[in-house]
Amino acid sequence: MATLEIRDLHVSVEADNATKEILKGVDLTVKQGETHAIMGPNGSGKSTLAYSLAGHPKYTITGGTVTLDGEDVLEMSVDERARAGVFLAMQYPVEVPGVSVSNFLRTSATATRGEAPKLRTWVKEVKEAMERLSMDPSFAERNVNEGFSGGEKKRHEILQLELLKPKIAILDETDSGLDVDALRIVSEGVNRVRESGEVGTLLITHYTRILRYIKPDHVHVFAGGRIVESGGPELADKLESEGYVAYTKTGTSA
Amino acid sequence: MAEAQNIPAGSTTAGSIAVAAESTVATRMSAPPSFDVADFPVPHGREEEWRFTPLERLRGLHDGTAVATGDGLRVEVSAPEGVTTETVGRDDARLGRAGTPVDRVAAQAYSSFEKASVITVAKETVLTEPIRIAVHGEGGTAFAHQVVELGAFAEAVVVIDHTGDAVLAANVDFVLGDGAKLTVVSIQDWAEKAVHVAQHNALLGRDSSFKSVVVTFGGDVVRLHPRVSYAGTGGEAELFGLYFTERGQHQEHRLLVDHNTPHCKSNVAYKGALQGEDAHAVWIGDVLIQAAAEGTDTYEMNRNLVLTDGARVDSVPNLEIETGEIAGAGHASATGRFDDEQLFYLMARGIPEAEARRLVVRGFFAELVQQIGLPDVEERLIAKIEAELEASL
Repeated sequence: MATLEIRDLHVSVEADNATKEILKGVDLTVKQGETHAIMGPNGSGKSTLAYSLAGHPKYTITGGTVTLDGEDVLEMSVDERARAGVFLAMQYPVEVPGVSVSNFLRTSATATRGEAPKLRTWVKEVKEAMERLSMDPSFAERNVNEGFSGGEKKRHEILQLELLKPKIAILDETDSGLDVDALRIVSEGVNRVRESGEVGTLLITHYTRILRYIKPDHVHVFAGGRIVESGGPELADKLESEGYVAYTKTGTSA
Repeated sequence: MAEAQNIPAGSTTAGSIAVAAESTVATRMSAPPSFDVADFPVPHGREEEWRFTPLERLRGLHDGTAVATGDGLRVEVSAPEGVTTETVGRDDARLGRAGTPVDRVAAQAYSSFEKASVITVAKETVLTEPIRIAVHGEGGTAFAHQVVELGAFAEAVVVIDHTGDAVLAANVDFVLGDGAKLTVVSIQDWAEKAVHVAQHNALLGRDSSFKSVVVTFGGDVVRLHPRVSYAGTGGEAELFGLYFTERGQHQEHRLLVDHNTPHCKSNVAYKGALQGEDAHAVWIGDVLIQAAAEGTDTYEMNRNLVLTDGARVDSVPNLEIETGEIAGAGHASATGRFDDEQLFYLMARGIPEAEARRLVVRGFFAELVQQIGLPDVEERLIAKIEAELEASL
């Protein structure tokens, strides 16, 4: 069973010629089949955790370890991490002008699967996955994320999640900027992938709204660059009624 | 991460929009246009039209010391039926009608060529196959003049393909009759030591359409001067260009669209990628809307993608408007670093870095490659882009 283990992770960024520590010792274990919600206020470092796990060059790891089934993830390049089974659904997916969605999907599927998918089954696979996400077939001919609405960008991220079948899926504020219909469609996509039981999900969110559609097994409160409280789904209910106020105080003074 | 330096579209930091009573496009040249090389002083490098060009690498084309070698440049024309190809002497009346040399090298070419070639497509002849002109250098120095003339309502595609090693100064005239449609693809796929300086003059008849696609890859110095003017109303010009400037190469494209006639259109789009130490691309886009040219609609755009450190781009759009009665006019210039966020996004989907870079650069050029409309040229271009990237990774 695939397991992502994060131990005492410290991460900093360079800003205004100064080094700023953002993650201050994160400990978390995510196993295949589990869903962990990471909730926290703005600026708590949630997105930094997501991007650090994917290997974004902006972030410098200053301490700690991240392993996937014992393999050192931090030693891997960005593409190696993806091929090892780490997937990041981004909050702000990037436009790639002149590269069509169909070309992009096939290139990434070829890279992560280690061989080019057979054309006939591939076309069918993409078509069905797009239908499930209520995406128009013409979408495949558009350039990656270019001129996409907020909802289209997120659906496109979840389409990739369904096609690339990672071991660990990190969803960085996938719910932000979505109306209720889009949120439902996107959540259903995530749930289809979860139901396979083959993915460990790290659901990073500011709001409890998405947890009505995607039920987490574990909820963690993230504040001041680390996990300050962990619990079951009932912790989300507490956050729903009380907000983050208690944590932002303790988080910064801790 | 490299910091992106983007000049947003529509910015005028690198260029200017001037509303002037008199054009400065003409007055900032060091001499008025002329067919006689003696009318131009030998440039020293500080003149407006020469300030970006490494004169010492022009192999004497600019100062009269370059001498034609007689051979060493092979030109083969393959034309479908309905096309007349002639070799003519200097006194042929059809030469030089589309434009007059504007700098010393173009005038040198006009003063020095011995035979010119004239390709004619008779009126109302619509070609289904392109005319292909293969210009292959075998180490010689040459001065050349070519004329492509389309009669009224004729339609043709011309591919001029430059390969090999040569020192070449040339003038190429495109004369379009009323309602004619001409596409010209000029490929500069020279070997690494070649020097190529040319002025392309297009004269557009009433309601004619001219499309130019300039593709520059090779050579030590390539300096091209695509120019358009209109002989009647309703003419449409599209000027597209792609260049891939490698280490040590100088590639300069200087465009002029002279809107001298009412109700004409022009659209200019040039894109270049640069990589390697001392790769230098220059793009000058002059658009002049004369007082008489009411109803003009024009747009020009230049984009550069800098792939590595050590490369340099000079991009100068310049729009001069002498009448307010126009349909539209605009320009944009942007030079950016390779976008690391695009690279991260693609790599985060498992795509290795080299392949991700290829995707991005292919994507950057895609919209212009699609404009060519000739599958063999498009495929060769894509293969060339990939080979250039391969060499750098």
